[in-house]
Amino acid sequence: MREEKTEMSEDEDMTVDLGGATGGGDGVTHEASSSQTCSCPSPFPDQVLEIVLENVLLFLTSRRDRNAVSLVCKSWYRAEAFTRSELFIGNCYAVSPRRAIERFRGVRSLMLKGKPRFADFSLVPPNWGAHFLPWVSTMATAYPWLEKVYLKRMSVTDGDLKLLANSFPGFKELVLVCCEGFGTSGLAAVASECSRLRVLDLIDDDVMDDEVDWISCFPETGTCLESLVFDCVECPVNFESLEQLVAGSPSLRRLKLNRHVSLGQLHRLMVRAPQLTHLGTGSFSLSEHPAQEDQEANLSEAFATCKSLVCLSGFRDIVPSYLPTIHPACAKLTSLNLSYANINAEQLKSVICHCHKLQTFWVLDSVCDEGLQAVAATCKELHELRVFPMDAREDGEGFVSEVGLLAISQGCRKLRSILYFCQEMSNAAVVAMSQNCPELVVFRLCIMGRHRPDHVTGEPMDEGFGAIVMNCKKLMRLAVSGLLTDKAFSYIGKYGKLIRTLSVAFAGDSDMGLTYVLEGCPKLQKLEIRDSPFGDSALLSGLHHYYNMRFLWMSSCKLSLEGCKEVARMMPHLVVEVIRDRDEVDTTDDAVEKLYMYRSLEGHRLDVPSYVTIL
Amino acid sequence: MAKQGLGLEITELRLGLPGDNGNGPSRDNKNENKKRVFSEISAAADDQNSSSRGDHHRKNQNNNNNNKTQIVGWPPVCSYRKKNNAAAQADTAKLYVKVSMDGAPFLRKIDLKTHKGYSDLGVGFEELFGCYRIGGLWKDSDSSEYIPIYEDKDGDWMLVGDVPWEMFTESCKRLRIMKRSDATGFGLQSKPVTNAETQIK
Repeated sequence: MREEKTEMSEDEDMTVDLGGATGGGDGVTHEASSSQTCSCPSPFPDQVLEIVLENVLLFLTSRRDRNAVSLVCKSWYRAEAFTRSELFIGNCYAVSPRRAIERFRGVRSLMLKGKPRFADFSLVPPNWGAHFLPWVSTMATAYPWLEKVYLKRMSVTDGDLKLLANSFPGFKELVLVCCEGFGTSGLAAVASECSRLRVLDLIDDDVMDDEVDWISCFPETGTCLESLVFDCVECPVNFESLEQLVAGSPSLRRLKLNRHVSLGQLHRLMVRAPQLTHLGTGSFSLSEHPAQEDQEANLSEAFATCKSLVCLSGFRDIVPSYLPTIHPACAKLTSLNLSYANINAEQLKSVICHCHKLQTFWVLDSVCDEGLQAVAATCKELHELRVFPMDAREDGEGFVSEVGLLAISQGCRKLRSILYFCQEMSNAAVVAMSQNCPELVVFRLCIMGRHRPDHVTGEPMDEGFGAIVMNCKKLMRLAVSGLLTDKAFSYIGKYGKLIRTLSVAFAGDSDMGLTYVLEGCPKLQKLEIRDSPFGDSALLSGLHHYYNMRFLWMSSCKLSLEGCKEVARMMPHLVVEVIRDRDEVDTTDDAVEKLYMYRSLEGHRLDVPSYVTIL
Repeated sequence: MAKQGLGLEITELRLGLPGDNGNGPSRDNKNENKKRVFSEISAAADDQNSSSRGDHHRKNQNNNNNNKTQIVGWPPVCSYRKKNNAAAQADTAKLYVKVSMDGAPFLRKIDLKTHKGYSDLGVGFEELFGCYRIGGLWKDSDSSEYIPIYEDKDGDWMLVGDVPWEMFTESCKRLRIMKRSDATGFGLQSKPVTNAETQIK
């Protein structure tokens, strides 16, 4: 008894029944599931069946499977809701905390995502939303047994962290990715109050320096920490406290230090924790105090002693001559992140030649095409490659080109995911990659110069990206760049049948471009577009699909207020946000600069800032 | 900026890389682009994006009616990464900027961090372009045949020497040693204090 399309059943988010179990009449007509009987004939009493079901469901962890289970019938819906312990909400505004706790009673783990991804590139003004407070305060009473919280792009305050630390006695894991709004005092609260804490991972957050020594706030008697990641925290840490913490945490497997930890200090920590599997090496340079310098001779030995190391990162201010000290670890490495290390091809070659097992590799383009050729020659097991630009400017110097891309495609046939920044590219190299790497699931090519064509032929980059969608049959995520006409989008619409996430910038000729995609890509969930000539009629061509999507972002396109209002009128469960630049006063302008649109059960959110209008 | 057609092409005001003689159809197009850029500079509406960085820059001019300098959020490098790169680069003691000199066949690069002040920089210029007789760039500003100017972060062309040295090194993106005679018609933005300024008409 599948609900019809008005129900927002979607693979990744929880399925929500519009007007079913929650009892609310949303005014949406659909086949009322609640009145139908369970389709499972059985001689056993319903109660026993439900108990059996619940026990079985305890083993079901995949949320896609769980969503499917919840749609079978009301009884299964209830059982599933009762047993779901991991709650994933891909858009924190799609559903309210209250509705979530009413449906799911036994949640132990919460995963929440907030702001649109383009917020990472300063396209979303501050204070837009995605506040953690309503969630933590609701769950403080509803889920006292909560153990894990994972937040991405949320606005989290010190107060929120303090509330979290004080509300959940069994709290074990806190992972904050790309969050902001909190500082070291919030961290101090978590460190001191969460006695069962196993994981504290701070990844790419913006952490304020309140000058609180949060590392010292961990219990002196020891912790059960397994993972401590704080490489994004820009404030200095008390090294003595850190050393004591590491010494007192025998279960510690993952440790990622920030740039205020010098080589000498790194050595001391490695000696204390030879059981580490994941190590973020901090600055990887010498401290100002010369007394540390004699330690570096033993660093190599420390790497040899840490026999379980499989993942290395950090190298924030690397002195390249020290890079070879990681040799002893290279043969076992499956993940190496050198994306903050300004090293050249020669310096890279000396280590990469040993890394035969490498599966994930992040690097700066300072290594040039030659460095990438060395990677291609050795890393036959490579699954994921990211090449970041040292000079992140449009008119900057390019250090890698199609030569590097081609080499990688020829050497790393098992490649699944690639993110590649360059100044210029050729269709031929992209086509070659589409043929050499059939396992590609993620293809993100960023040609930094806007509207830049194939620099060899002068043609648009249509054929290259067309080959990618055509040949890479498993492709789920695509980011395009360079000079692209509507033809590229017709290829995407025609062949990109599995694509879930698409990022577009400075591309296309007309509304047809976007229309091809909206009509052709049935699995599309996340669509983010900037600076492309797509207007209202293109926007309206996707009405059949928007309820199946998590969100649509369009900025600096050709949308008008009328067109966006039309969408809002026709789709009552879509929140249509028009975001102005903060200092823009002219509200009479009909052009829509930024549109952010997402399905939601809650209607207009109440925490909109002044520069956002919900249509 | 007028071309005389008397074999003075080498003194023609261009922003291209040295040796860029306009061979082939693509190059012609780029030369046009560069001239257009330069007139935009004098109109005080510089577009950094079309500044001539080299041969591999082929832009679709039709798409850019606006003269934005840096586009917000492009390239799409996350802000925490940009911050880190900027911090890292600030720590390393290198600040190479291009220096072009009118009449010289090719550009040079100079590390601003290795110079302690303006007079030191002047010495550096002499060492790079000594044979072009730019001596006394600052000392005898009135009599010097050349004026040093620089492009700042906002894309404006500024007269070298107005602001404190540290401020200059932080905002200078590239340098140009311009012939005084070409200064007419330029909207040079500087404080109306220096002697050099009064000579420019």
